[in-house]
Amino acid sequence: MSDLDSLQSQILTAVAAAADEAALDAVRVAALGKKGSLSAELATLGKLPPEERKSRGAAINQVKDAVTAALSERREVLAAAALDARLARETLDVTLPLREAPTDAGRIHPLSQVMDELTAIFADMGFAIAEGPDIETDDYNFTRLNFPEGHPAREMHDTFFFNPKEDGSRLLLRTHTSPVQVRTMLTQKPPIRVICPGRTYRKDSDQTHTPMFHQVEGLVIDKGSHLGHLKWILAEFCKAFFEVDNVNMRFRPSFFPFTEPSLEVDIQCRRARDEIRFGEGEDWLEILGCGMVHPNVLRACDLDPDVYQGFAWGMGIDRIAMLKYGMPDLRQLFEGDARWLTHYGFKPLDIPTLAGGLSS
Amino acid sequence: MKFTLSWLKDHLDTDEPLEKLADKLTMIGLEVEGIEDRASRLAPFVIARVISAEQHPNADRLRVCMVDTGDGAPVQVVCGAPNARAGLTSVFSPPGSYIPGKDITLSVGTIRGVESRGMLCSAAELELSNDHDGIIELPDDAPVGAPYAQWAGFGDPVIEINLTPNRADATGVHGIARDLAAADMGTFKDPTIKAVQGQFPCPVTVNVEDETLCPGFALRLVRGVNNGPSPDWLQRRLTAIGLRPINTLVDITNFMTYDRGRPLHVFDAAKVKGNLTVRRARDGEQLLALDGKTYTLDSTTCVIADDNGVESLAGIMGGEASGCDETTTDVLIESALWNEINVAQTGRRLGINSDARYRFERGVDPAFMVPGLELATELVMELCGGTPSEIVVTGKTHGDDRIIDFPLNEVKRLSGIEVPLVEARRILSHLGFTVAGSGPVVKIAVPTWRADVTGKADIVEEIVRIVGVDRVPLTPFPRGDDPRKAVLTPLQLRTRRARRALAARGLTEAVTWSFISNAQATLFGGGKPELTLANPIAADLSDMRPSLLPGLIAAAQANIDRGLGDVALFEVGQVFRGDRPQDQFVAASCVRTGLASSRGPGRHWSGSAPVDAFDAKADALAALAGAGAPVQAIQVTPLSEAKNAPGWLHPGRAGALQIGPHNMLGFFGELHPRALKALNADAPMVAFEIILDRLPETKARPTRAKPALDLSPFHPVSRDFAFIVDRTVKAQDIVRAAQGADRKLIAHVTVFDVYEGKGIDDDKKSVAIAVTLQPRDKTLTDQEIEAVAARIVADVTKKTGGTLRG
Repeated sequence: MSDLDSLQSQILTAVAAAADEAALDAVRVAALGKKGSLSAELATLGKLPPEERKSRGAAINQVKDAVTAALSERREVLAAAALDARLARETLDVTLPLREAPTDAGRIHPLSQVMDELTAIFADMGFAIAEGPDIETDDYNFTRLNFPEGHPAREMHDTFFFNPKEDGSRLLLRTHTSPVQVRTMLTQKPPIRVICPGRTYRKDSDQTHTPMFHQVEGLVIDKGSHLGHLKWILAEFCKAFFEVDNVNMRFRPSFFPFTEPSLEVDIQCRRARDEIRFGEGEDWLEILGCGMVHPNVLRACDLDPDVYQGFAWGMGIDRIAMLKYGMPDLRQLFEGDARWLTHYGFKPLDIPTLAGGLSS
Repeated sequence: MKFTLSWLKDHLDTDEPLEKLADKLTMIGLEVEGIEDRASRLAPFVIARVISAEQHPNADRLRVCMVDTGDGAPVQVVCGAPNARAGLTSVFSPPGSYIPGKDITLSVGTIRGVESRGMLCSAAELELSNDHDGIIELPDDAPVGAPYAQWAGFGDPVIEINLTPNRADATGVHGIARDLAAADMGTFKDPTIKAVQGQFPCPVTVNVEDETLCPGFALRLVRGVNNGPSPDWLQRRLTAIGLRPINTLVDITNFMTYDRGRPLHVFDAAKVKGNLTVRRARDGEQLLALDGKTYTLDSTTCVIADDNGVESLAGIMGGEASGCDETTTDVLIESALWNEINVAQTGRRLGINSDARYRFERGVDPAFMVPGLELATELVMELCGGTPSEIVVTGKTHGDDRIIDFPLNEVKRLSGIEVPLVEARRILSHLGFTVAGSGPVVKIAVPTWRADVTGKADIVEEIVRIVGVDRVPLTPFPRGDDPRKAVLTPLQLRTRRARRALAARGLTEAVTWSFISNAQATLFGGGKPELTLANPIAADLSDMRPSLLPGLIAAAQANIDRGLGDVALFEVGQVFRGDRPQDQFVAASCVRTGLASSRGPGRHWSGSAPVDAFDAKADALAALAGAGAPVQAIQVTPLSEAKNAPGWLHPGRAGALQIGPHNMLGFFGELHPRALKALNADAPMVAFEIILDRLPETKARPTRAKPALDLSPFHPVSRDFAFIVDRTVKAQDIVRAAQGADRKLIAHVTVFDVYEGKGIDDDKKSVAIAVTLQPRDKTLTDQEIEAVAARIVADVTKKTGGTLRG
C-alpha cells in the first residue's frame, strides 16, 4: 500500500467514525485544511521533478476527491440522523380537545330560520317581502279590514292599546299582519304579490298562546287571480315548506271579516308520540286561514272590486315552525334558554335555499 | 253550538249516516268540533234492582246490597249512598267498567272486610249531572238487565259545531238543517208556523225608549198555566247538550234558543208590576240575575224594567225577581230584537256568556220575532195549558229588503269554478234566497236570517261552500314575465346578514318580548308615555322596548341562574323610539357573560379569558360588516367623547361607532354595573347595540364586476416604531398620524404591542406600530425608507406628543 493509499484509508476511517457534524468538520480540517494532511501532500509537489509531479498530483487529487465525497456523504447521513433525533423529541398530544368552531357553536333562532325558508319559497314564486310597523292605527288594523266598529270579531282580537291621544284616537299593537296588506295596497299599484312576515300581539297567555307571536300573510291583487290559484299556491307552499312530495289539504269554508269567500285550511298528518308527519295519516291539522280579499277591503284601499280582485292568506310562523321542527312548547320560543336555542336553533351556515333543500 | 242527531232529524228528513252528516257540516263551513256518543261511552252500565240492603257489619255509613243485574244470581255490592234501599231500581256497573266521573276502572274489591263485585252509580259518576247525593233512582218499570244508556235515550249522539261569528242563522238546529238540505243531505222540514189566536188583549204594554237599542219587541201573556217539570223528551234534549232542566216555561225558552236560534224571555206576570219599559239603566242600578249574581249597571246597559225597577238585562239574561217557577200561573213571553253591538259590549263588560247573548250579538232573524213567539205560545199551551192573550208588538217585525244584482260569471271570476245557473239557483233557493232572471245578471233577494250576506262576494261564498271548495280546481299561478331579481329590501338583507354574521361568531340568537317593564325601558332611554301600553298583560311587560338589551340581559341572567354561566346571546329585532312608523328601527345587539369570549366559551387548555369590551367591539363590527356597512369608514370613539352617550355602559370601557360626525350607528363595551344591578343581573357582561336602519345605502352600480386588481411588482417593506405617549393618547391617533406621513407609500399600519409598567413612567405607555410601505414604481432605496421613517416619527411626535422609544 502506498503512502497515499494509507492516508486515504486513514482519513476515510476518520470520516466514518465522526459522530456528529462538529467531529466531521474536525476531520475535514485535519485533511483538507491549510495544515491538513492532504494539503501537506500537495505542498510537497513543488519539490518534485516535473515528470513525477504530474502523476503524483493526479494521485493526490484522486484522494482529495474521495475524501470530499466521503465527507459530503457522511454529512448527509449525520444531518438526517440529527433531524430524526430532533423530530423524535418534538411531540404533541394531538388528542387534546379543541374549542368548537364558532360556525358550529353559533345558532340562528328557529323563527328566523323559518322566515328565511318562507322567503326562499315565495321569492321563487315571484313574491316580494312587505313589512309594516308593530304600532298601528285602529284604522289599518281593523276598520279598513272590514271590522265594523263594535263588531264581536273585533273584540275577539284581545287587542293591546296605548293610551288615548288628545284627539281621542289611540294606537294599538297590531293583532295580525293584515295592516301590512292595507299599507301595501295603498302604496303599490297592482299587480301585487307580497308576503308580510312580522310580529303580532294579542292579550292572551296560556299553554298555546303568547302575548307576542309571529304571522306571515300573503297577498295577491290583480285582475284575474281566484281561489284556484290560491289553492295551488298554498299546496305548493305546503309541499315546499314541509319538504314532502305530497300533502293532502282540506279547504273548509270559514269566516274572516277581511275575506269573502273565506276558507280555513287543514293538512293531513299522522301524529306519533313526539312528531307529526305530513303527507300521510288520518288526522287533520288546521294551519292557516285564507280567502278572496273582501270587496270592502279593496274599496277601503282605493281599489275598485269590480276591476281588481285577489286573495290573501295568513298563518302563524311560530306554529308552522313548531310543527315542522317538533318544538313542543310555544312559550319556550321566547325564553332565551341557551340549551333550548342550541338544540332547536340552526347553524349560521345552514342558509335555506331551494337549490339545496330548505333544511338539509 | 250543540245539538243531537235526533234533534237535527226533527228538521231534516235524512237517512245519511252520522259520519257523513258531520263531514258535510265541516265542509260547508259549520265545522264539527266534536261528536259525543254517550251510548258507547256508557255501554257497560246496566239497569239493576236492589233486592236487599243490610247494614255493613263494620261501617255505619255503608250498606251491603244484593243486586239483581238481570244476569243470573244476585251480586253483592257494598254501597255508601244514603238512598240505597231494597226495591230501588238503579244503575249498576260491573267490575272492569270505566267510571268516567271518577276516572277509574272498577275492579272486584273488599270494603271493610266485605267483598263488593261492582258499583251502583250516581249521576255524577256517569258524568250525567253534578248530582252525587245518591245513586240514580229509576222508575220501577225500568227493565232490569237492559243497557242503561239506551233505555235513557242516550243513544242520541251530541254534535258540537264551532260556529263562525257571521252565521247567526246556524245558532239554531233549524238553520243547520237548512244548510244540510241545500248540500243534498236530506229534505228540510219547514212547516208553516200558525198564529195562535189571542183570547184577550195583552194587559201589559211595552214602552221602548230607544229604538236603536231595541228595534222590535213582541209580548204576550198566557194565563192559567201549570208550570212543573218539563216532559222527558224536552229534559233529555236539554241535558244532552249540557243544559239543566229548570221548569217547563224556562225549558221552552231554552229549547227555542237552540231549536230556532230565537232566544225568548219569560216573566212571571204576577211578579211584574205595571207596564214594561225598555230603557238604558241608570248608573248604579243593580240586578240580581238568573245566574245568582248581582250586576251593577250603567247607562250603556239596555234593560227591561217595570215599576219595581230593572227586571232583565236585555238580550243577555233575565232577573231572579220576575223569573218563572213552579208557582207561576200567568206568564209573559217576550220575543224581541236587540242591538247586536250593545249586547256584545254589555255581555263583555259584565262577563256574561249566555246563550241569548251568543245569538243576539250575531243578530237574530227579525222576521222570526213574532213567529217565534207564536211557536213558543203553542209549546206553552201544549205543555202547560193556559189561555193566550193577543200579541203587543212595537218596532219592526221584518228585515230590510236586500236585493243583490249578481252577474253569473262572478262565481267563476272569484272562485275559478263554473257553476251552471240551474245549480246556483237550486242551491240559493234551498238556502232561502230568491233568484229572479236568467242572466247574465240576476237579481237575488237575501232571506231575513242572512244579515251577513250583503254583496256579490257573499253570494259567491254561499254557492261555493255548498258546491264544495273541493270542486275549485288547483290552478297553477305563473310567476309572470318579471325578470328574476332580489325581492328583499336593503334593510331586510341587512337584518338577515347581521344575524348570520353574529351566529358565525359563535353567538346564539334569542327572540325576546317586544315589551319590557317601565323601569327597564326608562333605564335604556325609553319609558315614554306614548310607548306605554294602556292594558299590559303583566306589570313587567308594559312598555315597548327602546333597546334589545334589557331582554337579552334578563335572558342571560336567567341562563346564569340555571347554572349556565358563560352565555353569548344576540338578537336582531325591532326597537321603538316613538309611536310613529318611522320611530321603529331594527337593532342588533349581543350580550356576553363570564368566559364566553370570542375565542370560545368556558375554561380551556389553550387559554380562556373573561369577556371584555373588545369582544363586544368585535361583535359589533362583525355585525356591521355582515350587514354591509363600509367598515373602513366607521370611527370608534371612546364613550366619554361620544355625543348622546348612553348611561348603561361603563364610562371608561366602552365606545361609540359612527360614520361621519352625525350618523351614530351604536355603542359597545362593558355594561355599567348600576344598569346590571337595576336589571338584577349579578355577573359582569359586555354588550353592543347598533341600529341597522342607520347604515348608509350602498350605491347601485351598473355592473357586478369588481374593481381591477392593482398588484405592485415591488416588495413591500415593513418598519417597526415604538412611541412613548401619555396613557390618554388613543392608539387610533398614532395610527392615523403614521398613515398621514405618506398616504401613497404607506399601505397599512398595525399596532403590535402596547406596554405599560416597569421601565415606563406611570402616566405613560409604549405603543409599538408596524408600518408597511408598498412601493409602486421602483424598489425603495435605504435613503427613501429612512426619509419616510423620519416623517412618521415627526408626525406621530407632533400629533400625539409622544417620543420614539430608545
